[in-house]
Amino acid sequence: MMRVIYVLWLRQLKKYGRSKSRVVGAVGQPLLFLLALGYGLGSVFARAGKGDYIQFLVPGVIVQTILFASIFWGVNILFDRMLGFLKELLVAPVPRLTILLGSVLGGATTGFLQGALVLLVSLAIGFRPYSLPLTLVAFAIMAMLAIGMTSLGAGLGSIIDNMPGFQAVNNFIIFPLYFLSSSLYPLDSAPPALKIIAMFNPLSYAVDALRGTLINQSHYGLATDFAALGITMVALIAFGTVCFRRIQT
Amino acid sequence: MNSPTIAVDHVTKSFGDVTAVDDISFEVYPGEIFAFLGPNGAGKSTTIKMLTTLLRPTSGTLRLAGKDVVREQAAARKAFGVVFQDPSLDDELTAYENMELHAVLYGLPRAMLNERIDMLLKLVELDARRGSYVKTFSGGMKRRLEIARGLLHEPQILFLDEPTLGLDTQTRNVLWAYVRELSRDRKMTIFFTTHYLEEAEDIADRIGIVDRGKIVAMGTVDELRQQTGTDSLEGAYLALTGKAIRDEEVSAGDNMRAHMRARRR
Ligand SMILES: Nc1ncnc2c1ncn2[C@@H]1O[C@H](COP(=O)(O)OP(=O)(O)OP(=O)(O)O)[C@@H](O)[C@H]1O
Ligand SMILES: [Mg+2]
Repeated sequence: MMRVIYVLWLRQLKKYGRSKSRVVGAVGQPLLFLLALGYGLGSVFARAGKGDYIQFLVPGVIVQTILFASIFWGVNILFDRMLGFLKELLVAPVPRLTILLGSVLGGATTGFLQGALVLLVSLAIGFRPYSLPLTLVAFAIMAMLAIGMTSLGAGLGSIIDNMPGFQAVNNFIIFPLYFLSSSLYPLDSAPPALKIIAMFNPLSYAVDALRGTLINQSHYGLATDFAALGITMVALIAFGTVCFRRIQT
Repeated sequence: MNSPTIAVDHVTKSFGDVTAVDDISFEVYPGEIFAFLGPNGAGKSTTIKMLTTLLRPTSGTLRLAGKDVVREQAAARKAFGVVFQDPSLDDELTAYENMELHAVLYGLPRAMLNERIDMLLKLVELDARRGSYVKTFSGGMKRRLEIARGLLHEPQILFLDEPTLGLDTQTRNVLWAYVRELSRDRKMTIFFTTHYLEEAEDIADRIGIVDRGKIVAMGTVDELRQQTGTDSLEGAYLALTGKAIRDEEVSAGDNMRAHMRARRR
């Protein structure tokens, strides 16, 4: 069973490593965000007395990276269904949950690595994390986020039947969710309506948790962040599992 | 006789108001080579998909090595290997990686893994391309790899859904020779589907002729001829299904016959 999980995990990593465009695209976009917003709005942010915008932005951009990379990873499940490879997996004498687990761990690993890569590049352009031990906690948060979002992606890849459908979910659900979280602006000074929306948006807690650990600035407090993140993760894993189990061929 | 390795009992499969498989029953025994012969849409692939746990029957029971494919799915899955009609390779992996993944899924011991993969890749003449991505393969090469993969774990029962579609004559011959050997030496049960009368006639011990979801006749070639009072499998097929195999298939069959004739000379 461990061997099966391992090869399925490895399969995802190989496939990921072999498509250079996937790697560049997934990391390039958030970095562009960071540079454009960070340098473009940095002075405004500073004038408003909020400090260094790059510092503030990096956790949000890491969440963005993991979020989109992990969810979009779900197209792998869609392709496996469409191109027929899934049949090979489904008739094997291996429980479906094992197949999902190995694949999701593989997808989550790639999502996590992309987030870590963005963090690394941020360091190069001047980002300074608050402390080393807390940075390690930040890695744990990134891993949780990657696993949750990859499960969501797997679920979507199990129920959506084509690429446009996937793109639509990205554009109409994931993007708004991202913009309406605390990723790009501080919640302390946000209008009440936005605060309320952000409060019901699980992504806010992921961003807040990363901010708490990376730059020692937390709106909700780490305990709340972890609780919200944990619940979201469980819900997303459940969603992915239910959808994947229902795949018909 | 021994107990059957494949036992299908009054199985029906409907998709909405299409009845793809209509109350069929048959049994196949250890070491036997059994063929489903029938026109497009007869329900051959649907039967294989039910037997390989990909589809649930609407009614009836299917057993593999005594295990119910619906209620004892995990046990049933251990009993078979399958080559589907449609592709099921990972294009972004190499030929070897596809084989290796399969070996691990089926729990092949690491010690024999390389040796068996080598042997099978040689058999289907892909050993020189073992490190190439499958997406760079021709249609026939992909087909050969699928077949090699299906044989990798030496299942007790092997399902082949139109395995030779798109393969050249020489590869067909090599493949069938190997499959015969497996059925004879390892008592592997073989269930294949085909549109080619010759293939059914030459390879199968027993043939089920299927049409519109029903098995219209079953038996050895001789039995089928006797049942229909005809003097060839082709005659029997025509008498039973009321139609010659469709145009493109006839020409494919003719092609093959021409090849075989050329080879015999
Ligand atoms: N998933 C599905 N949904 C709806 N109808 C289906 C589905 N799969 C098969 N059918 C229908 O069931 C019937 C039998 O199809 P099947 O694929 O079993 O035929 P076949 O004998 O394998 O034909 P071929 O020689 O073309 O491969 C056809 O009428 C087909 O349209
Ligand atoms: Mg078919």
